[in-house]
Order: sequence, then structure tokens, then C-alpha cells
Amino acid sequence: MAFFETHNISISFGGLRALERVSFEVNKGEVFSIIGPNGAGKTTIFNCINRYYNLDEGAFIFKDKNIAKVSPHVVADLGISRTFQNIELFKNATVIDNLLLGRHRHRRSNLFMEALFSPSVQRQEIESREKAEEVIDFLDLQAYRDQFVSGLPYGVQKTVELGRALAMEPELLLLDEPSSGMNMEEMEDLSFWITDIKEELGISILLVEHNMRLVKEISDRVLALNFGVVIAQGTPNEVLGHPEVMKAYLGEEGASTAG
Amino acid sequence: MRFLMKRNYNQDIQLFKYRSTFFWYLALIIGCCLLPLVLDDYITSQLSFICMYSIATVGLMLLTGYTGQISMGHAAFFGIGAYTSAILTSKGVPFLLALPTAGLLAGFIGIFIGLPALRLSGLYLAIATMGFGFIVDEVLVRWESLTNGNMGMMVDPVSIGPLTFETEVQFYYLTLVVLVLTILAAKNILRSPTGRAMIAIRDSEVAAQAMGISMAKYKTMAFAISAFFTGVAGSLYGHKLTFINPESFTILVSIEFLAMIIIGGLGSLHGAVYGAAFIIFLPQLIIMTKDYMPKYLADQTGLESALYGLMIMLFILFEPMGIYGIWRKKKFYFEMFPLYKKDTFKKEKKYFKAERH
Repeated sequence: MAFFETHNISISFGGLRALERVSFEVNKGEVFSIIGPNGAGKTTIFNCINRYYNLDEGAFIFKDKNIAKVSPHVVADLGISRTFQNIELFKNATVIDNLLLGRHRHRRSNLFMEALFSPSVQRQEIESREKAEEVIDFLDLQAYRDQFVSGLPYGVQKTVELGRALAMEPELLLLDEPSSGMNMEEMEDLSFWITDIKEELGISILLVEHNMRLVKEISDRVLALNFGVVIAQGTPNEVLGHPEVMKAYLGEEGASTAG
Repeated sequence: MRFLMKRNYNQDIQLFKYRSTFFWYLALIIGCCLLPLVLDDYITSQLSFICMYSIATVGLMLLTGYTGQISMGHAAFFGIGAYTSAILTSKGVPFLLALPTAGLLAGFIGIFIGLPALRLSGLYLAIATMGFGFIVDEVLVRWESLTNGNMGMMVDPVSIGPLTFETEVQFYYLTLVVLVLTILAAKNILRSPTGRAMIAIRDSEVAAQAMGISMAKYKTMAFAISAFFTGVAGSLYGHKLTFINPESFTILVSIEFLAMIIIGGLGSLHGAVYGAAFIIFLPQLIIMTKDYMPKYLADQTGLESALYGLMIMLFILFEPMGIYGIWRKKKFYFEMFPLYKKDTFKKEKKYFKAERH
């Protein structure tokens, strides 16, 4: 049994088939990438996993449990965290507060203890901060710790979002185009971080990415989508060299010259 | 600019960032305690009103300023608190028990008012909560056996054990203590997971859910906490007026609460208190300035209300961050002197909001 499984999922918006019987498996401790041209349905898969959309058919199996029908927050509680394509940070909060929000699923306090800020709440707060500091160290965010997110450069905001997802201590991490809007240097860092997340923290990663160099560098396996249909699946080299994939990206003519 | 060297995590979770801040607040509280010695009874009673309104606006601030859910029905919670406490004390229940019960009942009803918030937002939520306000108003009028309807009811003065709170000064101290406790509780909630979850819901519901924050739980909880504080404030309000009728809890009061938190500065507990103080003292200030106006202007009828409205409009127009915003800017100016940049507080203009996540 795979760690995370997607079984024949389909969803349509009005008359548009956004995903058509898509199936794939993510094994524990691997980086699994989803590629495809714009509008292929990559982000839709993420939004379905997070339960922002309801599936028409199919199922997601995470650790032997079907999560296609649970409430959105339960998905996170089970240990699936994500980042967003267009940054969805808590803008009017500081970086550290954003990371602490990532710790939400580990809280043990209730409202009455919190209103009194009892010793147990204090211990929990300190524990959360220790974890948040680990993430800050890991992603080199020290300089921005107490700054408000809304004023930070785009690349840093992306990193904070990654940090927030890591602070959750997830088992599966969904990254939605983590490199978009980043410069070369930030991209290099990102590539190291993703490898470290996989190898040191042992977190499995599901990645949607447009930058083929990055995909090739860090992925264990790749899946290519076009118009909601799986066109190829396998190792990065197999998929990127697949004639159907080339056709999807470059068009009929381009594929023949490139091939 | 001050930089704080932090050596352990305890420093990070302290209520006051700097030791000096603690002493300033201590001085403020001592100052508030000494005020009645120098002020006359009338101003002292106005201070009691500020304290009571502040308790309610701290509640509303948690809901609107921190969770981002608007409510036009807070007068109803205010009324529920006032009537609950009035009825209980008239039946012989001690005030010390009636006060939290008033808050708890309001909070309990708040849970149900929070339910529409799961489906509605913005203006639609405003209308739904307004409807709730009308319902409660109507219930207070019609349930004559309990509330005495439009005739209103007398409220017993407050006594806790052997202590009585009959004079203005005594009552002022009572409200001050409750206000300080309220602010402490609100501040504690805000620096704990629940408060952060509320801020998360305000800033991005989608991301909040991705963090494992349950919309249903935290939105209803925000309504309940908010209603609790407003109910407590209502209880004190009833005992202060010693006579209440449904007229005191109409939609105008709800709007006044909203005006207070917006003028004070959304998203800050300071703002809740500043706003309440501003709205209560504004009419007094207008009357005081009347002496300095030309006679033909000072004798105009409706001058007070017109100026009152004008001041509120000017505030929203020129200082959307409220009184607290002015305070923050001034403080920042002196901290950064002479490197202050005027554009620090300029909001980035957003011309579109992406629909995709």
C-alpha cells in the first residue's frame, strides 16, 4: 500500500472536465512532481486534496484512510500541509506569528486555560517557538523574524510560506509552484531545501512546478498532465522526453523538430 | 530604536516586551485609580461609561478587528447581559454570580449567531446580525412577564458581600477592575493559539484551513467570546443606569459600537478603549467649544449631532487606522528619528485579488 494514493479522481466545473480519472501514488520519502501546461489541472489536484473542491468521483487514500470526504481542516490535522501558488500568508502578522500558526495542529490548550495564560499554555508556547526557531534556522529567515509579512520581498514571502508548512511538521508536503517569482539564487536555495526536507526531515513531497530544470534535479518521479488527463508517468528523464509531453508543451510541429 | 537581546523563550511570551512598558501601564492604572480624587461626580460617571463601553468594544474588537467578522447585532448581546443581570439580582442572586451569568448567556446565544457567519461574510453577515438585533429587541418588548416590556424595569444597585457600589466613584472602580480583567483575558487569548487562529481567519480563510483551523469552531467561538464580553458590559450598564428598557438596546447602539472600534483603530485592543473614550467625550468637547464659537453658529439647532457626524467622517477619511494609528505613527516617528520615512505606513494598493489559490 502506497503512502498517499489518488484513485481515478474526476472533477468538472460546469461543462469543463478539469480532471479526468487521474491516478497516481506517492511513496514515503519521495519527491513526486506534477507538470503540465497552464490549465492542465495541476493546482486543481491540490485544491481537491485540501477539500476546497468536491470530487465528482474517485478517492484520496492517505495512510490507509480515505480523505476525500472529510472537512478541509481535518486534512491538515492528519499531516498534509501545503503552500499556495499565489501567496496566501497571514499578511498582517509577523513572520514568527505565521510560523506559529503552522503549529496550530499541535496545540493542546483550551480557551479557558488560554484566557488565564496558565503555565501549561506557557510551556506549549515555548515549545512552539522552539520548533518555529528550528524552521527559521533551516530556511535562514532570522533577519525577518519579527517583521510584518506584507512588507517582505516576494521571494522571502514564498520562503516564509514554505516555513509555515514545515512548522506543521507534516508527513506529506504539497508545494504549488514554489519557484515562481524567485530569482536564480533563491531557486538554488530552494532546490537544496527540498532535497533536505526529503532526506533530513523524511517528509514526502508532492510538487507542482513549471521550471523543468528544478523538476529534473529534485524529483524521484514525475507525472505529466494535459487538459486534466495523465499523459505520462515515470522517472524525470522518461517523462520529459516523452513525445506526448513534448507535443503538449511545444505543439505538434515543435515536438517533431525537437525530437 | 531599541533592540532587545533575548536570551530565553520566556522573554518571547511575556505580556510586556520591555520592562519600561510594564511600569508605564502600572502608572496608567494608578493614574486611573487616582482620577476620581480630582474630578467631579459627573466626569467620573462618564469615565464609568467609558470603561463599560470599552469592555463591550474589546469584545467587538476581537470579533471584527481580529476575526474579521462584522456584527451589527451587538446591542442585542448588550441588552441580553443587562436584562439577565437585572432579572437575576431582582430575584436575590448575588451580583458576583449574576455578572458572569449575564456574560455566559450572551456568549451561549452568540454561538448560534456565529452559525450564519459560516455561510455569510461582509455586508451579508452585517444584515443577518442586524436581523438578530431586531429579534432580540422585539423579544425584550413582548416578553412582558419577564422584562416588563416597554415600561422598562428598575435594576438593583450593585453590592458584593458587605461592599456596596452606590456612589459614582465606587461604581467607577468596579468598572475599572472589570475592564482591566477583560483586557488581560483578551490579550491572553490573542497571544495563544485561539487568538492566532482568529487572526488567520481574518487574513486568509483558505490558508487558515490549510493550517488545520476549523472555520466552524473558531468563527462560532469568536462570536461567543465577543458576546460574552459584551454581555458582561451590558450587565454593568444596567446596574449603572438603574433603569433599563428596550429603547437602550436598539440598532443605534450596535452602530455606535462599530463606530468606536473603527475610530479607535481596527485590530488593536488600545483602539477599542480609545474609540470608546473618543465617542463618549466628543459630545462634551463639542459643548465645551461652543463657548468659543460665533454666536450665530453656536445657537444653531442640531449643531452637536452635525459636528459629531462630521468628526467621524473626517476620521475615516484621513486616518483609516484610527486613533491607534495616529499613536503608532507618532511613536514610530520618535523611535526612528531622524530617519522616519513617511511612506512606511502606506498601504500597497491592490487592484485585483486572484481567485485561484
